[in-house]
Amino acid sequence: MNLNYWSWDTFFDALPVVLQGLGITIGLTFASYLFALIFGFLWTFLRRVPNRFIHFIVTWTMEFIRSTPPLVQLFFIYYALPVIPYIGISLHPFACAVLGLGIHFSTYIGEIYRSGIENVDKGQWEASTALNISTWDKWRRIILPQAIPPTIPMLGNYFIIMFKEVPLASTIGVAGIMLLARSYGAENWSYLEPLTIVGIIFLVLSYPSAVLIKKLENRFNKRFDKNQIMKDKGAMQ
Amino acid sequence: MAEPIVTYKDVHKSFGDVEVLKGIDLDIYPAEKVAVIGPSGSGKTTIIRLLMTLEQPTAGDIIVDGRNLWKMEKNGKWIHANENHLRSIRGDIGMVFQHFNLFPHMTILENCMTAPVHVKNEEKSDVKKRSIEMLERVGLGDKLDNYPSQLSGGQKQRVAMARALVMRPKIMLFDEVTSALDPELVGEVLNVIRDIAENDDMAMILVTHEMDFALDIADKVLFLDEGVIAEQGTASEVIEHSENPRVQSFLQRFRG
Amino acid sequence: MIVQLFWLYYAVPMLFGINLGSNWWIGVIAIGLNYGAYLSEVVRSSILSVSQGQYEAATALNMSSFQRMRLIIFPQAVRMMLPEFGNYTIQILKGTSLVSLIGLTDILYYGDVMRSTSLSLSPLIYLTALIFYFILALPLIFLTRKAEKIAKKGVAS
Repeated sequence: MNLNYWSWDTFFDALPVVLQGLGITIGLTFASYLFALIFGFLWTFLRRVPNRFIHFIVTWTMEFIRSTPPLVQLFFIYYALPVIPYIGISLHPFACAVLGLGIHFSTYIGEIYRSGIENVDKGQWEASTALNISTWDKWRRIILPQAIPPTIPMLGNYFIIMFKEVPLASTIGVAGIMLLARSYGAENWSYLEPLTIVGIIFLVLSYPSAVLIKKLENRFNKRFDKNQIMKDKGAMQ
Repeated sequence: MAEPIVTYKDVHKSFGDVEVLKGIDLDIYPAEKVAVIGPSGSGKTTIIRLLMTLEQPTAGDIIVDGRNLWKMEKNGKWIHANENHLRSIRGDIGMVFQHFNLFPHMTILENCMTAPVHVKNEEKSDVKKRSIEMLERVGLGDKLDNYPSQLSGGQKQRVAMARALVMRPKIMLFDEVTSALDPELVGEVLNVIRDIAENDDMAMILVTHEMDFALDIADKVLFLDEGVIAEQGTASEVIEHSENPRVQSFLQRFRG
Repeated sequence: MIVQLFWLYYAVPMLFGINLGSNWWIGVIAIGLNYGAYLSEVVRSSILSVSQGQYEAATALNMSSFQRMRLIIFPQAVRMMLPEFGNYTIQILKGTSLVSLIGLTDILYYGDVMRSTSLSLSPLIYLTALIFYFILALPLIFLTRKAEKIAKKGVAS
């Protein structure tokens, strides 16, 4: 085994090994993202509770989760959760990763939902009240359908950001491409090729999705600009 | 009569495939007050944006005070003007914009002072004195340290005029300066323009929708239609006695 | 970023036969490259977001392009950049936790060492580590909020 130079033999030897983890990596991305999308709603609605104390607690809890490293949070869930007296639960590494990454990113997602809801025109709330629409229907039929679409490009961005953070899960033993690459490296004493494969896979997968998101974003921006122009015209007349 | 201070010679301007100006010939004399009127999309604003060097003409020449604005002579050949050439002429011209374009990160006094101090390298204390005088003249002597965001639209536009005047231009351009204002604020801005027109001897070009105002102060009125000057003359000739049907229908819509 | 970090750690010395010096420098380079890209995007987009009218007003006052950038465009762009810089500084702070994986002795590294000696204490250990990070981030959080307020004030006209 040559330590100093690139070897295509090793590359092709490592490729199938690393690729075995692709399913787990992608699955983990989707699972965590779904978790974050759902949990994000929870944050958003908790913050709307008209109680200053709850609002304060929720805001700072979100701030705490958001501004501390996801890696440490993963370790907490994986190593610490099982040994907490009485409530200790031991989870599969994959479940730990979904929980950890999901909760971490839900604080960002919740923030996006909030901005979407705040951007819905105030008149829409007043109109729904004037039409005597129930609270449930107001959210379901009036507010959310307007609040969610403009946030889709931003939500997409976070999907890509999250995808890039998924290899963190290798540190708690989730057998995605990162872990397989590192263990291949350890066994064969050659890290270069397997890690390069991981890099290429991430590049190949995240670049097209980034392009897609950019396109989405442009479409939404255009729509927004049109509204803006109409508003300006209205102001001039 | 004296030599014209600005001359347009067969000036054309296209944006992509759309030709906005289709051959403008025009003389403006020192201290002359010119109003440009016409339907929207007729190219009124483009005329003064070319003079301010915010747009480049597609063809034709603009002569300012005897010098070609967009071309310069080098080794006996006429070449496209470079930034230094533009700057040497641009100093004679000031402009007030439809949307004010005040610098939001500066107080209104700083808005007025920044260009004379940094561009013309004038003594700071002189500039300050002059800026305060100018702001007092437009009725904002008590707002010197306010930021633009704290002012009404009419006040912002008056600051914009003071800012342009402090540079002592020979030609002042006004680009629909009342169009973005609430109706009740238009009067205060027009009063300042009237004051400048009556007391200062610079040339002025006003792109405007205020017909009565144009009639009142303008020495010359241009009616622009589809990229050409369809009618020009004294204010009463164009606005009150024009025979051109396009002018009449345009004015009719305005007078209601 | 973790991919880049490991790649720099394992692959570069093999591939080019160069030693990047200590692991400390590997951490600095990985984090720096990563966030450098983001921050340059922040700078670019803030400068682009200064309105066209500001460029035109500066030109009408006969400023040179350098004066225009120095006096008008950049001061406004900086107000928009600051909150983003604050956010990314917090991101970088979080990102530094990765360097424990390449053997740098940061907060998390010591946490791991302590955990391996006394497993039952690990909730306390990791909670303390999280609180440490949060305390480090707190001033950044407040600065970012303040910068957001300044940005709102300076740009609305």
